[in-house]
Amino acid sequence: MSMKGWLARLAAGSGLMLAALAAPAYTDTSKGYNLPTGVTEISREVFALHMWIFWVCVVIGVIVFGAMIWSIIFHRRSKNPKPADFHESTTVEIVWTAIPFVILIAIAVPAAATLIKMEDVRDADMSIKITGYQWKWHYDYLGEDVSFFSTLSAQSNAARQLKSGVDVTAVPNYLVDVDRPLVVPVGKKIRFLITSNDVIHAWWVPEIAVKKDAIPGYINEIWTRIEQPGTYRGVCAELCGRDHGYMPIVVEALPQDEYEAWLTRQKGGEAVNQTSAIVAAPIAVAAAPAQTATDATVDAPIEVAAGDAAAKPAGQAPTKDALMQKGESVYKANCAACHQANGTGLPPNFPSLVGSAVVKGDAAAQILQVLKGKNLMPPFGHLSDADLAAVITYTRNSWGNDAGVVQPADVAAQR
Amino acid sequence: MGSPAAHNTDRYYVPAPSAWPFALTVGLVAVVIGVSGYLENAEIGAWPIWLGAALSIYIIFRWFQGIARESEGGLYGAQVDRTYRWAMCWFIFSEVMFFAAFFGALYYARLLSLPWLGGEGSKLVTNITLWPGFEATWPSNGPANLGGEFQTIPAFDVPLVNTLILLTSGFTITMAHHALKEARRGPCIAWMWATVALGALFLFFQAEEYIHAYTDLNLTLGSGIYGSTFFMLTGFHGLHVTLGTIMLIVITLRLMKGHFKPESHFGFEGVAWYWHFVDVVWIGLFIVVYWL
Amino acid sequence: MAHAHAHDAHGHDDHHGPEKGIMRWIKTTNHKDLGTLYLFFAFTMFFIGGLMSLVIRAELFVPGLQFVQPEFFNQMTTMHALVMIFGGVMPAFVGLANWMVPMMIGCSDLALPRVNNWGFWILPFAFGLLLSTLFMDGGAPAGGWTMYPPLVLQTGNAFPFLIFAVHLMGISSITGAINVVVTILNMRAPGMTLLKMPLFVWTWLITAYLLIAVMPVLAGAVTMLLTDKYFGTSFFTAAGGGDPVMFQHIFWFFGHPEVYIMILPAFGIVSTIIPTFARKHLFGYDSMVYATASIAFLSFIVWAHHMFTVGMPLAGELFFMFATMLIAVPTGVKVFNWVATMWRGSMTFETPMLFALGFVFLFTIGGFSGLMLAITPVDFQYHDTYFVVAHFHYVLVPGAVFSIIAAVYYWIPKWTGRMYSEFWGKVHFWLSAIFINLTFFPQHFAGLAGMQRRVPDYAVQFTDWNVMSTIGAFGFFVAQFIFIINMLGCCYGWFGRKQNLPDRVWEGARGLEWTVPSPAPYHTFEDPPQLTEAESTGAPAKAH
Ligand code: HEA
Ligand code: HEA
Ligand code: CUA
Ligand SMILES: [Cu+2]
Repeated sequence: MSMKGWLARLAAGSGLMLAALAAPAYTDTSKGYNLPTGVTEISREVFALHMWIFWVCVVIGVIVFGAMIWSIIFHRRSKNPKPADFHESTTVEIVWTAIPFVILIAIAVPAAATLIKMEDVRDADMSIKITGYQWKWHYDYLGEDVSFFSTLSAQSNAARQLKSGVDVTAVPNYLVDVDRPLVVPVGKKIRFLITSNDVIHAWWVPEIAVKKDAIPGYINEIWTRIEQPGTYRGVCAELCGRDHGYMPIVVEALPQDEYEAWLTRQKGGEAVNQTSAIVAAPIAVAAAPAQTATDATVDAPIEVAAGDAAAKPAGQAPTKDALMQKGESVYKANCAACHQANGTGLPPNFPSLVGSAVVKGDAAAQILQVLKGKNLMPPFGHLSDADLAAVITYTRNSWGNDAGVVQPADVAAQR
Repeated sequence: MGSPAAHNTDRYYVPAPSAWPFALTVGLVAVVIGVSGYLENAEIGAWPIWLGAALSIYIIFRWFQGIARESEGGLYGAQVDRTYRWAMCWFIFSEVMFFAAFFGALYYARLLSLPWLGGEGSKLVTNITLWPGFEATWPSNGPANLGGEFQTIPAFDVPLVNTLILLTSGFTITMAHHALKEARRGPCIAWMWATVALGALFLFFQAEEYIHAYTDLNLTLGSGIYGSTFFMLTGFHGLHVTLGTIMLIVITLRLMKGHFKPESHFGFEGVAWYWHFVDVVWIGLFIVVYWL
Repeated sequence: MAHAHAHDAHGHDDHHGPEKGIMRWIKTTNHKDLGTLYLFFAFTMFFIGGLMSLVIRAELFVPGLQFVQPEFFNQMTTMHALVMIFGGVMPAFVGLANWMVPMMIGCSDLALPRVNNWGFWILPFAFGLLLSTLFMDGGAPAGGWTMYPPLVLQTGNAFPFLIFAVHLMGISSITGAINVVVTILNMRAPGMTLLKMPLFVWTWLITAYLLIAVMPVLAGAVTMLLTDKYFGTSFFTAAGGGDPVMFQHIFWFFGHPEVYIMILPAFGIVSTIIPTFARKHLFGYDSMVYATASIAFLSFIVWAHHMFTVGMPLAGELFFMFATMLIAVPTGVKVFNWVATMWRGSMTFETPMLFALGFVFLFTIGGFSGLMLAITPVDFQYHDTYFVVAHFHYVLVPGAVFSIIAAVYYWIPKWTGRMYSEFWGKVHFWLSAIFINLTFFPQHFAGLAGMQRRVPDYAVQFTDWNVMSTIGAFGFFVAQFIFIINMLGCCYGWFGRKQNLPDRVWEGARGLEWTVPSPAPYHTFEDPPQLTEAESTGAPAKAH
């Protein structure tokens, strides 16, 4: 154990305290150096199993390393010039084959029991379909026609850029904060249907001990029953490309009545409004990574967003400038990750938009491709007509492109 | 340096330094660079492929020629012979494992992934929400019906004929082996040419079958999991038959040049083993790919 | 007849010794030359892979993105792993097999010398192809060394180079493995029965079987990737009836035996070194052999423990959990036997012994975390976190890599006829041991607290763990320069030490390699030696 003990102390000395302080930022019930005990029956069982195996290993380690250290000290040539010459004993071999075997059974039994519980998704109270996208999550409350995307919060997004110059320790919940959390009720058995739209992702929230891969073309089922209201954070756990580290998960568990209230608020036209507002807001900051988000940039998008929420696309068509200005922010939030802020993309996977045939060509075709997606490009139908018109106009008139304006009406026509 | 005095029979033949392996590597690498360039449609063009292939083939030829010379020159003792036998066995085993990967894929698709897509076991929701109405059947090109409707090749048609052809070729090569062991070179060579002919005939039918599949049956590599497994398995097998036939021809020519002795002829046996391996794989193919 | 020829041709060959200049190395069929080439190649790859790991660690030093774009970070992670595994550890072990197997079983060379040369020379080209992708547009592969589709299919121009590089490595490993198997089965000196073979030979024999069995499967898997990307097949696409998870099954059917391919020869090395310096027979030789065999067998039925979160049926999850846990038993037997070998021995602690003991301590820690990972319900929490990264670096770096270093220290006097600097050897060990723990121990905590793998940036509360880890990584890397200098010193006699070492460099050592002069002549054992009880590393006769 020497190494282990020695290191544990070193770790404690240098890091633990600080880590423990910073810890609540992510998993409240972990002390910053261990698994969280979590807020579900399952998560606590898993934690107990974890500690049980850990101590088993510690004990075995103490015995094995103890024996080694003993003989290193006392069976060195200076102390024991004449080596013994025993070299075989079937009995001993049998003993130390059997004992570990028994120990393993003592671990396997409770493990199997817990596993069987985890896999039992029967009679759930509600179901939520979770779809992974490069690089955001989509939540669909089945039977409630409430559904929305959840992306990395604008502030983190701005701070995480290379050499952003932002002090990330000052950013609240850096990299584990989203624009729209997944809201769920406490005390209900919630079934998650997990799948993916492109590559494999994995939906993981440590404090409810749920981690399941999101496999394109297949659906994995898993469940949880959260006991205490609160905010629980997680991340995408399966490598899914360049922004794998930037698609966090936030689960907000509310008491039943508050959840109901939230749900009704989501229903009807409001959802749309929400989305575009959300989409617009983050951008503002993203647009000014130096964090000096000027009012101008903040307001503009939201106005327009509100404008189109008044669901009359044909209404007073926004000017080219308005479109361009808003388009830039929508672009930064949704497109820049792949096509890059300067439009040059990352060929061959993410084509350049500068002088691109699609962008210079027929507007209808481009609108369709943005709405429906193509190859690696996910569909962006969830954005409002105004946002899409703005961003398409922006691409058609930036970086030396000059291919005319697209109005929300044109987009609506293609839907 | 070991004492030059006593030469016990187990003294091992250590070949002189050789540049063939290095050159062969250069050839192969030229080929893969060429192919990569082609796949990613880079400008380099096809010449590295041809150049590399030509080089590789030449080297392989020279290499084996050298081995043949050493062997005919009697440099190989009993131990070298054993070495080659073991080596050939393990090489064939590695080939078996290569095919195992593709058989495994077929097994997985038929017994697991397709039923799941069809909503079996814990995957009911997969079927209902993602692939509504899809029923797992075999053959299948998947819920998206990739490559469009297609028909399959009935087992008890050309494939059956091909099976018989290969089985017969297994018989003829065994006859050739016996003839060789009884030092009856004429019949041996005759049986060998018969085997070569059967191999070629098999390949001819296989090619016909592919053309038929692509032109009439709309069965292509793109026909979902069925097309994928069908063409990859039969294709790699066909490739091995081609190699085998070439080896048979070489061996036959060597026989005509008077190579091999009734008591020692591993070159011959190695190829025979390989041929039997190709034969067995085909039986497997016939049963799980065409028949079941 | 045959015999007479054999003799002149032979006499001709060995007396004209090695050629001169570069052509010697290109054309050589000599197991010692090729062993040397393998080791230098592995050495180079270890350092390239090491540099990549430093890029990774530097970016992870503190939160926030300081040096590289996420895409490039992923390329580093992927290439680091491929280079270390296929370019570092495996060739290093093959190099050791080249040097030692013929000398240990008392034969003149490997069974197929020309194939041996081919197997080596494929490697520099394969890695040339692989590393060249770093300079292509779209960059190097960034989908992780596990190459999961559909992500890996997003790779740019690098894709076919990745696939073909893997194919070439496969050819190299398979030819190398066949060569080792055949040599061991066919060319042992008279008197060397299977149960008298040195354990390094035994473990390599079993490793070679594993290689021959699984490398072709990897080749098949990546071939399917290739056709899925370029020829419209749909092995790994649900729309066509395939399944992305199918790739994972095929890959890990290769991948898990692969990890034992990287540890079994290490077991052999440790089982050779500990008895030497404990001046005692290896305890339980036979059980060591059986344990190795059962580990190899089990390694074929545990692969899905890498995929517990993909949503397998419950039965599958249970089976693979139990099967995986079982591996602790034979591995335990090995650990216990090593301890029993030390017990009441008369130990001295030269550098090889230090690294061997470091191996036993630290590999076991890695084994423990492995066992924890095997527990499916808990693995749901551990999976794809730094806890896994900590686990496998414990078994790979202070495991496999330490054993390689130990082996080099142990045998280099026999290879070069010069003794390394014991003092600097000890310094090298202590620095390595301290820094490697500083690098990887904190990663357990980061992982448990929730830090996922394969990310260039992380939430701030993981900072302390990563600071430690990065400091450790740089320290460990720097410490390796002591090793280089110490070893190259032996090769080129820099420190001017003109020693004439005895044949038996370590007085406690047994085995045929210690009966030939140091440095070992270019050709050893052209006339097979008779194995005496004194040199037998197997269980002493009286025990039977
Ligand atoms: C040299 C390489 C090596 C070795 C030897 C091992 C050994 C083991 N590994 Fe590890 N493993 C890897 C390399 C290795 N592993 C790699 C590279 C990965 C990650 C791949 C990737 O995703 O990139 C991995 C990942 C990995 C996982 C997947 C984790 C995840 O992704 O979620 C699992 C899960 O079961 C696992 C288990 C084990 C077990 C049970 C052993 C056992 O063999 C350990 C047995 C040893 C002991 C247990 C200690 C000694 C025993 C005793 C002292 C006896 C008494 C002990 C008990 C009874 C407990 N390993
Ligand atoms: C044998 C394999 C091996 C080795 C040696 C190492 C060595 C190191 N690894 Fe590696 N690593 C992997 C295999 C290995 N790794 C794998 C499989 C992954 C997973 C990749 C993936 O997620 O896809 C990984 C991933 C990985 C990560 C996670 C990246 C991520 O998830 O984003 C990190 C982060 O710290 C890391 C760090 C290190 C460090 C600091 C070392 C240091 O130890 C490096 C310093 C080592 C040296 C400088 C070499 C010294 C060796 C010698 C001197 C021997 C001499 C040789 C002869 C005599 C022939 N590695
Ligand atoms: Cu999505 Cu990682
Ligand atoms: Cu494994």
